[in-house]
Amino acid sequence: MIPHILSLCIWIPIAGGVGILMAGNDDRAQLARVLALAFSVATFLLTLPLYIGFDAGTAAMQFVERYRWIPSFNIHYHLGIDGISLPLILLTSFTGMLVVLAGWRVIQRRVAQYFGAFLIMEGLMIGVFSSLDAILFYVFWEAMLIPMFLIIGIWGGPNRIYATIKFFLYTFLGSVLMLVALLYLYFQAHTFEISALYSLKIGMREQVLLFIAFLLAFAVKIPMWPVHTWLPDAHVEAPTGGSVVLAAIMLKMGGYGFLRFSLPILPDASRELSGLMIALSLIAIVYIGFVALVQDDMKKLIAYSSIAHMGFVTLGVFIFSRLGAEGAITQMVSHGFVSGALFLCVGVLYDRLHSRQISDYGGVASRMPVFAAFMMLFAMANAALPGTSGFVGEFLVILGAFKANAWYGIIAATSLITGAAYTLWMYKRVIFGTASSPKVQALKDITLREGLVLGLLAVAVLGIGVWPRPLLHVMHQSVAHLVRQAAASKLG
Amino acid sequence: MQEVCLAIPLACLAGAVVSGLFGWKIGRVASHLVTILGVAVAFVLSVSVVLPWTVTGHTFNGSVYTWLTAGRLSLPVGFLIDPLSALMMTVVTFVSLMVHIYSIGYMRDDPGYQRFFSYISLFTFAMLMLVMANNFLQLFFGWEAVGLVSYLLIGFWHTKESAIYASLKAFLVNRVGDFGFVLGIAAIYTHFGSLDYATVFTMAPAKAASMVHMVPGTSWHLMTLICLLLFVGAMGKSAQMPLHVWLPDSMEGPTPISALIHAATMVTAGIFMVARMSPLFELSPAARSVVLVIGALTGLLMAFVAVVQNDIKRVIAYSTLSQLGYMTAALGVSAYAASIFHLVTHAFFKALLFLSAGSVIVAMHHEQDVRRMGGLRRYMPVTFICTWVGSLALAGIPPFSGFFSKDMILDAVHSAHITGAPFAYWVLTAAVFVTALYTFRMLFLVFYGEPRMDKHTREHLHESPWVITVPLVLLAIPAAVAGMLLIKPLLFGHFFGNSIVVSPGDNVLSEIGRRYHGVGPFILNAFRSPPIYLAAAGIASAWYLYIRAPRLPDIISRRFHGLYTVLTNKYGFDEFNDFVFAGGARALGRALWMVGDVQIIDGLMVGGTARLVGWVSARMRRLQSGFIYHYAFAIIAGLFLLMTFFLHV
Repeated sequence: MIPHILSLCIWIPIAGGVGILMAGNDDRAQLARVLALAFSVATFLLTLPLYIGFDAGTAAMQFVERYRWIPSFNIHYHLGIDGISLPLILLTSFTGMLVVLAGWRVIQRRVAQYFGAFLIMEGLMIGVFSSLDAILFYVFWEAMLIPMFLIIGIWGGPNRIYATIKFFLYTFLGSVLMLVALLYLYFQAHTFEISALYSLKIGMREQVLLFIAFLLAFAVKIPMWPVHTWLPDAHVEAPTGGSVVLAAIMLKMGGYGFLRFSLPILPDASRELSGLMIALSLIAIVYIGFVALVQDDMKKLIAYSSIAHMGFVTLGVFIFSRLGAEGAITQMVSHGFVSGALFLCVGVLYDRLHSRQISDYGGVASRMPVFAAFMMLFAMANAALPGTSGFVGEFLVILGAFKANAWYGIIAATSLITGAAYTLWMYKRVIFGTASSPKVQALKDITLREGLVLGLLAVAVLGIGVWPRPLLHVMHQSVAHLVRQAAASKLG
Repeated sequence: MQEVCLAIPLACLAGAVVSGLFGWKIGRVASHLVTILGVAVAFVLSVSVVLPWTVTGHTFNGSVYTWLTAGRLSLPVGFLIDPLSALMMTVVTFVSLMVHIYSIGYMRDDPGYQRFFSYISLFTFAMLMLVMANNFLQLFFGWEAVGLVSYLLIGFWHTKESAIYASLKAFLVNRVGDFGFVLGIAAIYTHFGSLDYATVFTMAPAKAASMVHMVPGTSWHLMTLICLLLFVGAMGKSAQMPLHVWLPDSMEGPTPISALIHAATMVTAGIFMVARMSPLFELSPAARSVVLVIGALTGLLMAFVAVVQNDIKRVIAYSTLSQLGYMTAALGVSAYAASIFHLVTHAFFKALLFLSAGSVIVAMHHEQDVRRMGGLRRYMPVTFICTWVGSLALAGIPPFSGFFSKDMILDAVHSAHITGAPFAYWVLTAAVFVTALYTFRMLFLVFYGEPRMDKHTREHLHESPWVITVPLVLLAIPAAVAGMLLIKPLLFGHFFGNSIVVSPGDNVLSEIGRRYHGVGPFILNAFRSPPIYLAAAGIASAWYLYIRAPRLPDIISRRFHGLYTVLTNKYGFDEFNDFVFAGGARALGRALWMVGDVQIIDGLMVGGTARLVGWVSARMRRLQSGFIYHYAFAIIAGLFLLMTFFLHV
């Protein structure tokens, strides 16, 4: 195997991003694009050996790298992945590639900076998913915010400043409390090794307080009701690529945090507060489903739909079963593809008509049949149609939730109706009907490049829908281990 | 056998993919050839390999690949080939083949020609996956996939507002059914730990007495809960009240798919599913009573509506609802075989009626109002005779196929002892009269009397081309004779073997079987009970009202204006749903958004925090006045306070 492969996956895109930034100004925009594509494809190809070489028979961390970093605080540069982080890393590198392709012609201003920011962010996100040292994790976690902040703030819509500040304050507030929690754990364990924290005994009161500190960080990120209101604003103002990364990957960090920190480090508090977590998840699924129904802005609608889908992730995590956890991870990966694809679809329309309002469209299918077919597929995946990836996670979580308590399953399953209602109603109003406005009549179908991006996503969505086993196969051991950890008691 | 099983659906899928992705390149003729070839292969294999194989007592139950494993749950994709699925495969592929050929003529001038053929082949694939499934997951996959294609085909003409509204409505109403269906599957997983048919059916008798406590203080039979949840799914797909509202609107789609999807095959998926689940439904008489009553009510109430419809397709659509009610009622009295028998004969005669209606619609230049037709028998002899055959079968006149299957259902309901059976029997018997009335009303209005169309249309009236009439004739044959040929093997000949389970105490069909002595006596015997006279009376009334005294219907509708309005408004289901569910959901969404998100969370909590910080810092700012004597005073005052504090503690 390739030595230091995880480090390469993190630092190659970051180095590439810095290089592109140095490549400079808009005179050499094409160079920046080509470099960005080369680096993102290289990163994706580099992550493939992770899957091929992954040993699904063990829950242990693999591809481990460990070096002393700040010896005086016992901090290490410690990387490694298991079956929970591997799918998310693959999702990140795959999405990174598509984002570069999607921004190819759309971005005409500060091209090098745009692609540089994305590549750096991609490396940082892979870093989050592969850190095994809490401080390293925290550094990546916070650093990742900066490029996203810039992407929305520079290439965003008219109300971008409000959105970026809301985004930054929300997420930063959460993260700071997580830092406090990590420091408290350090003073107990005298190490930032995450695996060492798993065996640390912690009293119930402390566990609950720590849980709440972590919860704020992760709940904002994922986001859970009621700390979700930053997401629709951020999405609406973000450029298409920003929305895709935000929805496809950044939201997953919250879910990943629960699985990596809250459950194994604080199992007693997790169980104690699981009722609250499940209640918030179910509220997200039902409440947000109705809110999504009445949105007039396509991006806002998809943003709300993301929140409802993330409700399935937190629900799956906090029912403490293998079915639930595997469903939650599958849902995260699938949502990455589906919501990313839907934001790209909105981007395709926005690039042509410069509007995200549903009412400005109608009759698109007559002018853009290929695009309409792609969007149909992604809309159906968003409505959890079997045979698409969107079904797999929701189905597993509903099964697991019903087993835990029939009412959880019943409430969660309402998303079958609401999810179809808001997605397909939007689809009907945008795509079907007669092309009344002259702008719609002048629409041109997708280009080869756009077709390539949507086509890759369509393959992913259908592939996981028709045969999810290769995806779930790698997580079995890690999830089984996690469920055992979450079931054990760590009280004094 | 596994290779054959794989080849059958995949042949259809391959046709759909080729015509869907490359149709623009290979052209119209190649597109319909490739899809027809796929379906033809599926039909030939079903009828010549699979059906004979199962009739000789073989079954196949095996998985193709493992879809996923999670926890202890393993979900394969696999096939269960037994007489029940083999029969369904034969019917589905036969009707689908006829519809494929017919569509060459019907869709000739449509710009979406290749897309249409791709969709109907995809539908055939999905329907085959549904009936061939050996586990609940694959059943659900097929279930949703046929729903998807139905959605795409109802909205096939996507610039037509009424069509895209109908397609969305169909999908969402079906999703309400799926909500119950998924929960039924989840309940099965929870209590059986498996989604494999064979495993679940083997374990089911041991769970017959299990109780569940959904609401504190109440306890329900587990089996009743599971069966009712599954039946909610069947109510959506097979359009039973109150989830029937989508089916009449689905007539917005092209007529061939009304025949294939919304009459012969997809809408019977719910019937098939309950028959497939007979080992579970047999354990819950309570659930079967619900099934029986809902089926019977749908059977009668929807037949009434059919009488006042003027759109030829909607008449047949309401008729389909009513006939599905018969099938559902048969399921309720454990006469699963009779229900499947009616499903089969109905597939033939209803597909025939729809395709004949399509032939009429083409000849009438896409006019669908029966009030503007009339006298067509002179211009379209083949269509005319085929419609007669279909109508006689639908009305239940011997020896046409519908007579046997409908009489069997009535007999079974009459002999049943389950709660609700007497009520259901009278309701369904009354529906026989109404069925004959609306069927022949349509026939007489369309083909008899004076032509009422405009001059231009009348001059261009002619019989449809052979691609349309040949499928009609090929469907008319089984619509006429399938009943007498199939009644003995299907109902009294152990055709279904172990694929349908009936508990001995409820086995009404074996009771009837003891009295059965062949087709002739069966027909003669029918003259001893009311349904056949009611059917004749229905035809006679239709003749009197629409041929003898054609002004009478108007007088009656004015006289009974209130009743007439209730029927033309279809009992107000649509208005109720629009106002309460669609309107209610939008109002709730708006309230949660504007009050919950915007005012409380953003306004009070987020904005409130910001304002609080702002307010505190505004106060704090005053302390930093910049005047040195303010600071000096504060220092002295502070010093004094601290000294006091330390001296006294």
